[in-house]
Amino acid sequence: MAQQKILTYLPVLPSGELMGSAAELLGAAAQLGSPVGVIVTTPGMAEAAAESAGELGAATVRVAEHEAVGTTLTEPTVDVFTTAWEDLRPEAVLVPNDIDGRDLAARLSVRTHSAIAADVVGVHRDEEGIVAHHSVYGSTFTTESATTHGTLIITLREGAVDYRGQPVTPEIHRVELGELPPQAASITEFSASVEASTRPDLRGAPTVVAGGRGLGSAEGFALAEQLADALGAGLGASRAAVDAGYAPHSLQVGQTGVTVAPDLYIALGISGAVQHLAGMQTAKTVVAINKDPEAPIFDIADLGIVGDVFEVVPQLIETLKAQRP
Amino acid sequence: MRIAVLVKEVPDSYGARRLNLTTGLAEREASDRVLDEITSRAVEAAVSHAESAEGVEVVLVTMGPESAESMLRKTLAMGADSAHHVLDPGLLGADMTLSAEVLAAVLQRIGCDLVISGDVSSDGTGGVIPTMIAERIGAAHATSLDSLTITDSSVTGNRETYGGTVTVEAQLPAVVSVTERLPDARFPGFKGIMAAKKKPLETYTLADLGIDPAADVPRSILLSVTEAPARTAGEKIHDEGDAGKRLAEYLIDKKLV
Ligand SMILES: Cc1cc2nc3c(=O)[nH]c(=O)nc-3n(C[C@H](O)[C@H](O)[C@H](O)COP(=O)(O)OP(=O)(O)OC[C@H]3O[C@@H](n4cnc5c(N)ncnc54)[C@H](O)[C@@H]3O)c2cc1C
Repeated sequence: MAQQKILTYLPVLPSGELMGSAAELLGAAAQLGSPVGVIVTTPGMAEAAAESAGELGAATVRVAEHEAVGTTLTEPTVDVFTTAWEDLRPEAVLVPNDIDGRDLAARLSVRTHSAIAADVVGVHRDEEGIVAHHSVYGSTFTTESATTHGTLIITLREGAVDYRGQPVTPEIHRVELGELPPQAASITEFSASVEASTRPDLRGAPTVVAGGRGLGSAEGFALAEQLADALGAGLGASRAAVDAGYAPHSLQVGQTGVTVAPDLYIALGISGAVQHLAGMQTAKTVVAINKDPEAPIFDIADLGIVGDVFEVVPQLIETLKAQRP
Repeated sequence: MRIAVLVKEVPDSYGARRLNLTTGLAEREASDRVLDEITSRAVEAAVSHAESAEGVEVVLVTMGPESAESMLRKTLAMGADSAHHVLDPGLLGADMTLSAEVLAAVLQRIGCDLVISGDVSSDGTGGVIPTMIAERIGAAHATSLDSLTITDSSVTGNRETYGGTVTVEAQLPAVVSVTERLPDARFPGFKGIMAAKKKPLETYTLADLGIDPAADVPRSILLSVTEAPARTAGEKIHDEGDAGKRLAEYLIDKKLV
């Protein structure tokens, strides 16, 4: 039997580079069948991205470039996917579980009458087809789902899949955009994020240092940044720290933020509310520093330190520096 | 203008939430049922707009079990005008396709200019229902908005995208969803609670909406459920002036640095 086609959405950054999620999306696609990457950009932005998609395992890449991509929300991408779906009848469609990915999945599912598996953390295939893995209620349960028939549309949680595809020289197909529905929302402005940080991305980092309200102020939060930099770690925050303005929302770990599963998670001045644990309790090793001996974070910490972060952390950084001149 | 707000009753995330290991459905006895916090922000956005503009009506829409009725009464107390509840045993374990079909049908039945919902529910974590509804009712979508401005004919807001933030604008009718960047919900006052008792609350069955939950369309089905082993507490030390050093040793010893 010829390998089943897996349509994979590969978002492109304003710089023309593929989003980081492309590697795991194409990895998951390769676990299931033959990955067909789909790139939809404004004119002149897709070429390099299509080449890198090949390096990540996309044997075929469908490319559409159109001005409307910069001015019309979601519909240009849905249009390209609907045509690709009609042409290829893929067994699955994989998109990142982010804002744009979810909108694409939603419209495509209604338009093609396909079932959705949302916020998926892994995939495999059994005799009957594709199985999606989910992590439910803040990683306290895992479930598996499938579709009764037809294509399964999967929104893949970022940072969840480790498998990677084999580099290939991709066959690139250029496609045209059809007519877009007149009622689509328009994009009236774009402002690039000022990503000054050279820290590893929170979602994939092997070590994460997270700061909470216990850091007391934006200046105090700098302590978490210093430790993150000393360890080459990604930086995270609790919702209380985000709400207090110590850190941007993109760093929030937990139920309504990012879910991480690093080798090491260090929580500084975080009490350990259930909704925070929901985003980090599958970390391999958890270290917590909190001055309240009763803080619930200690119930799940492999090493808990009852103490003041402003004393313990500077000493930790000094000691590590002394060890590694 | 009529604004419909999608509200959802969910297991309280402050408590222990459980799935039934045989059916995969939420264990109702395990936790309290509360209004999903994110949908309370959607209600707040609608109600505060109604207070600042002329002729704006706010209706609440939900699908869920009987217990959702008391959630609807409590939410009406925040200042919404009426509530609409789809209640049917055929909805137990509904997948996203069926949920979107049901909500789109009831919204079309009621008629509205704008639908506001939370971006992602705290139990299902899907985040696709609002846009699925938009596709079904032929409306624009503008989801995961970190800010929201409503006029008589349009909605505008900002949302995160690849490498930045976009401002999006949709003409009504539209479906929008909001993030937790939007203001927290108000506490209903005594007057609100008393008034809510008399507000219209209508229920619908699937038959009322002409929907057959057993229709032969692709459905997402659950294959298995497992409970993850609970994490246990490890060592706990009290800082006696050397905890930073001890932590460094621990990390080096475990090859974590
Ligand atoms: C629907 C919903 C979704 C939510 N989603 C999230 C989410 O995604 N992520 C999230 O994090 N939260 C989330 N929350 C909020 C959550 O319930 C908590 O309010 C939040 O996690 C608390 O953050 P915190 O631990 O930083 O603050 P606090 O609970 O205030 O804890 C601060 C801690 O710092 C300690 N401390 C103070 N000073 C020091 C010091 N000098 N040294 C050492 N320790 C010190 C204190 O002892 C305390 O334990 C959600 C809540 C709801 C209702």
